[in-house]
Amino acid sequence: MSKSPFEYAPAPESRAVVSIKSQYGLFINGAWVEPKTKNKFATINPANEEVLSKISQASDSDVDRAVKAARDAFTKTWSKMPARERGKYLYRIARIMQERAREFAVLETLDNGKPIRESRDVDIPLAAAHFFYHAGWADKLEYAGLGANPKPHGVVGQIIPWNFPLLMLAWKIAPAIATGNTVVLKPAETTPLTALLFAEVCQQADLPAGVVNIITGDGATGAALVKHPGIDKIAFTGSTGVGKLIARSIAISGKSATLELGGKAANVVFDDAPIDEAIEGIVNGIFFNQGHVCCAGSRLIVQENIHDEVLEKLKRRMSLIRVGDPLDKNTDLGAINSAEQLAKIKELSISGDAEGAFRWSPDCVLPSKGFWFAPTIFTGVTQAHRIAREEIFGPVLSILTFRTPQEAIEKANNTPFGLSAGVWSEKGSRILWASKALKAGVIWANTFNKFDPASPFGGYKESGWGREGGRHGLAAYLKGAK
Amino acid sequence: MSTLIDGSEASLRKFLDTLPGVDKVGADQRAATLATRSIKTSSKSWAIDMAIQMVDLTTLEGADTEGKVRALCAKAVHPDPRDFSVPSVGAVCVYNDLVRIARENLDLNGGSHIPVAAVTTAFPSGRASLKVKLQDTQDALTDGATEIDMVIDRGAFLSGKLGLVFDEIKAVKEVCGNRAHLKVILETGELVTYDNVRKASFIAMLAGADFIKTSTGKVSPAATPPVVLVMLEAVRDYYLQSGIHIGVKAAGGIRTTKDAIKLLVLVNEIAGPEWLNPQLFRIGASGLLNDLLLQRMKLATGYYSSSNYVTLD
Repeated sequence: MSKSPFEYAPAPESRAVVSIKSQYGLFINGAWVEPKTKNKFATINPANEEVLSKISQASDSDVDRAVKAARDAFTKTWSKMPARERGKYLYRIARIMQERAREFAVLETLDNGKPIRESRDVDIPLAAAHFFYHAGWADKLEYAGLGANPKPHGVVGQIIPWNFPLLMLAWKIAPAIATGNTVVLKPAETTPLTALLFAEVCQQADLPAGVVNIITGDGATGAALVKHPGIDKIAFTGSTGVGKLIARSIAISGKSATLELGGKAANVVFDDAPIDEAIEGIVNGIFFNQGHVCCAGSRLIVQENIHDEVLEKLKRRMSLIRVGDPLDKNTDLGAINSAEQLAKIKELSISGDAEGAFRWSPDCVLPSKGFWFAPTIFTGVTQAHRIAREEIFGPVLSILTFRTPQEAIEKANNTPFGLSAGVWSEKGSRILWASKALKAGVIWANTFNKFDPASPFGGYKESGWGREGGRHGLAAYLKGAK
Repeated sequence: MSTLIDGSEASLRKFLDTLPGVDKVGADQRAATLATRSIKTSSKSWAIDMAIQMVDLTTLEGADTEGKVRALCAKAVHPDPRDFSVPSVGAVCVYNDLVRIARENLDLNGGSHIPVAAVTTAFPSGRASLKVKLQDTQDALTDGATEIDMVIDRGAFLSGKLGLVFDEIKAVKEVCGNRAHLKVILETGELVTYDNVRKASFIAMLAGADFIKTSTGKVSPAATPPVVLVMLEAVRDYYLQSGIHIGVKAAGGIRTTKDAIKLLVLVNEIAGPEWLNPQLFRIGASGLLNDLLLQRMKLATGYYSSSNYVTLD
C-alpha cells in the first residue's frame, strides 16, 4: 500500500485530569496507613519508563492488619446490613466510577501502557458495568438458584493481574461485596494506581470501613495473603504457575478458591467465514491490549484452502495498526507492561524463529524509550512448536492450518489450557457443532474478546477453577452454593 | 464489462457465489471503532480541503429551477466568495433536464473544469422501461453531462433477477461509452442487508461501473458508515482481482464535517490511500459544503463563524 497523504496528527488525551501522589500508603479499614516496614517501590509508565509514584510494600503484619479489618467489618457491619443497603453502596460506587471515568482511563493508560482508546471504551465502562450488574443482585441472591438462603464466605483475599487492572478489580470486588463478603485485594506490582484511586472512590461512596481493603506489594505480599488463616476464600487471576502454587498452599486448609489462569486460545476460521470480519476478529483477538489477555486468540487455526487469502488480508490490516503513545487517541497498540514481560515475549519469539516458523511484522517505528514489541505473526507454525503451546501474553500470533473440521477441533483442543476459543463460519450448524466440541470455557462465534458482566467467564483444564460473572460467578462467593 | 466473467448470468452467479458473507455485528463494530479516530489540526485541515473537492454539490428537487442551479454552480466554483483559496467541488449533480443550464453556468463562472453529473434511468425509483432509461441517459449526455448517476432496478435485485440488473447497467454503460463516467446507485436503504450491498456492488463493478454509489438521498437510511465500509471493501477486493480502481460515492445523510471526516478515515483505512482523491471518492451532499466551510474558517481563525458567513445555495 502506498503512503497515505492523510497522516493523523497527534491527538493526545490530557494528563491534567489525574493527580498522582508522590507516594501511596495502604488502604486498610477505610483509611490510608503507612506500611510497617516503610518499604516502597516505584511504579512506572511502561511507555517511557517515567516513575509515576512510590508504592508501599505490605509486609506480613500489614496483611494481618488488613485481614483483621476485613473480619471486623464482616462481623460487625457488612453481614448485618440489609442486602438492599449493600446494593446501594455498589450502585453508588458504579456511578462514581462513571463520573470519574476519564480520570480512571488516563491513569490506567499511564500505569499500564494500554491505548487510551481501550481504557476509555472498554476497561472503565466494563468495570462500572460490573458494579451496576452486581448491585442488582445484592438483594436478590435467594432467587439466583443457589439455594434458599445463600451465605457469604466471610473474608475474601483477592489477587489480580496487571493486564486489566481496574477491570479485574471490578470482576473481583463487585461480586464479593454484593454477596456480603468483605475483601482484601492486592493489585499487581506494576499497576497499582487505579486500585488506589478506587480506594478513594470507596471513601467517596462512604463504604463502611474495612469492607474493601487494598494492599500493595509483590509476590511475597500475595503469598502472605493466601496463607493468612483469617482468609475464607481466595480469588486469583494470573499465571497458571502461580495458580498452581496457590492451589498447593491452600490444600486441606478449608479455604475455597477461584482461579482464572492462562490460555492459548484457538481462533478457528472455516472457509465459509465472513472473511473481512474474521480478519478484524483475528486482529482484535491477539492485538487487543497488546495481547496481554488471558483469553487472547493467540493461535489462528485457519482452513488450508483460504490460508493465503487470509494471510494477505491480515498483513494488509496489520500494516494499519498504529503503534505508539498510549495516550494518543488514535493509538491501536500501546506499550508492553514491563521489561520482564517484554523479555518473555522476545524469548518465545526467538524460539519461534529457531524452531523454523516464519516471523512477519509490518513496518513500524517503535519508540526508543519504554517497552515495545511490534505486532507479529508467525506462519508455518506446527503443534510441536513452543509458540503454539506456551502462553506468550504479547502481540504475537501463531498461524496453523487444518484440512477438515475434525482436525480443526483436535488441534484447537490439543493444549493444556481451555479458557476461550473462537469459531468463524457463516454456517449456523457448523458453529453449534464446533462450540460443543471445543473444550473451552468461553466460545465466541463470529466475534472475539467480547465481555459482559452477565456472562460467566472461566476455564477448563489448566486455565482455572470456577467462573466469574453472571449467576455462575455469584456461586463462587456464596457458601454451599452449587 | 469486466473480464472476470463472460457476461452470462451463470458466470455472474458463479462469481457472486465466491464472495464471503458479511457479518453485520462485526461490520458495524469496525465502522464504529474507526469513527473514534481523532482528527485534529493539520490532518483536519487537509481532510476538510479534500472533502470539499470530493463534494458532488447536489440539488434534486421537484422545485429545482434555473435560478437555483445557477446559484449552485457559482458556489461550486468558488465555495467561499471571500476566500478563493477554497478549492472547487468535485461536480455539480442535477436532474437531466437541468444539465445544460448547469454546464453553461459553470463555464460562465470559470468552472469549466467541474463536471456535471446527471441522475438518469428514471431516478430515484428506476421504475421505467429500459428504453426510457437509455433515452434518459442519452439526453443527459447530449446536454453535456460527463458523469451519469444511474439507479439499479432494486425490484429485480430483490426478486433474484440478478442478470437483469447486470444487463441494465451494462446497457447504460454502453450508452455512456467513454463520454461519461458511470456511477451506479445501489440504494442500499432498500437492499437492507450488507450481504446484498456487497453482491450489488460486485454486479455493478462487473457490469462496467466507474463508481458505485450508496443512495439516491430519497430513501433512509442512506450512506451509513458500515454500508460505505462494505462498499469500500468491495472496491478494494475488486482491485486486487482485476487491477482496476473503481470509485465510491457516499450520498445521503452526510451533513457535517465530522461525518465527512469519518468517511475519509474509512476510505484511508479500508480501501486504502489510493482512493483518497476526487477521482475515486465522492460525497453527494448539499448542506455539507457549508459546514465544511465553517469548520475551515474556524481552523484558520480560531473562531466559529455564524451561518451568515456562508452562502445559501
